[in-house]
Amino acid sequence: MTVTELAQQLSLTVFHMPEPQLEITGGYTGDLLSRVMCRMKPGHIWVTIMSNQNVAAVAALSDAACVLLAEGVAPDEELLIKARERGINLLGSSRTVFPLCGELSRLL
Amino acid sequence: MEDTIKLTYEISGSDLLQAGEASGLLKLRLKQLGIPQEVIRRVSICMYEGEINMVIHANGGTADVEIGADDIFIWLKDTGPGIPDIVKAMAEGFSTAGKKARDLGFGAGMGLPNMKRCSDEMTVTSTVGHGTTVFMRVHIGKSADVASGRLLHASPATPGYDI
Repeated sequence: MTVTELAQQLSLTVFHMPEPQLEITGGYTGDLLSRVMCRMKPGHIWVTIMSNQNVAAVAALSDAACVLLAEGVAPDEELLIKARERGINLLGSSRTVFPLCGELSRLL
Repeated sequence: MEDTIKLTYEISGSDLLQAGEASGLLKLRLKQLGIPQEVIRRVSICMYEGEINMVIHANGGTADVEIGADDIFIWLKDTGPGIPDIVKAMAEGFSTAGKKARDLGFGAGMGLPNMKRCSDEMTVTSTVGHGTTVFMRVHIGKSADVASGRLLHASPATPGYDI
């Protein structure tokens, strides 16, 4: 499933989507950045409630397919700037992490 | 013809939010050199974790990188307070990061373990009150072609532990 297909299926908010056709191969959820770097694999969707600019750095160096900000979290202005600079797909949802990950598991 | 490419990055200790600049620049350079994606990912994680550690604990430092045909060598040097117990610091989950760092998502106690996991060789040398040097080697796996010429072989690296 591509990033844009997922965004449509789950009616996600699109904050930035420079690479809509990237394939999502799995996912990881977490907010501790080092743990995310340890566990997340290239092509994964990363579900988090962190919204500072370090999220863009971690997503970029981990080759994440996209970042999904859960629970209605909006990205900081600096995160948006970094996402644009680094070509990161950045999506959002008002749902809480548990049901969101349940839906992702069903779809991916 | 150059055997290795040498790069140096100054890591500013002023702002944790800005950390990641050096690893971002290195990632871009490695992409330009045609280094395999998985190797770039591992090197980027090593560099990023190192940067974060230097900002949180040592008010910045220097990263020296050598890109050879077979390996990428990284030396992270700081003049911070040093690590009293390296074995303890290497344990997953151990962290002395403060609240500010934790609020930003750092301080999971996975930094050094991540660096060890993503590198093929890692050595930490530290003197309390003087600073810390972390040496890492990441094997490329195959020779890389670069725009300016082919990298034939890497020069033997001599880690600079004179902290």
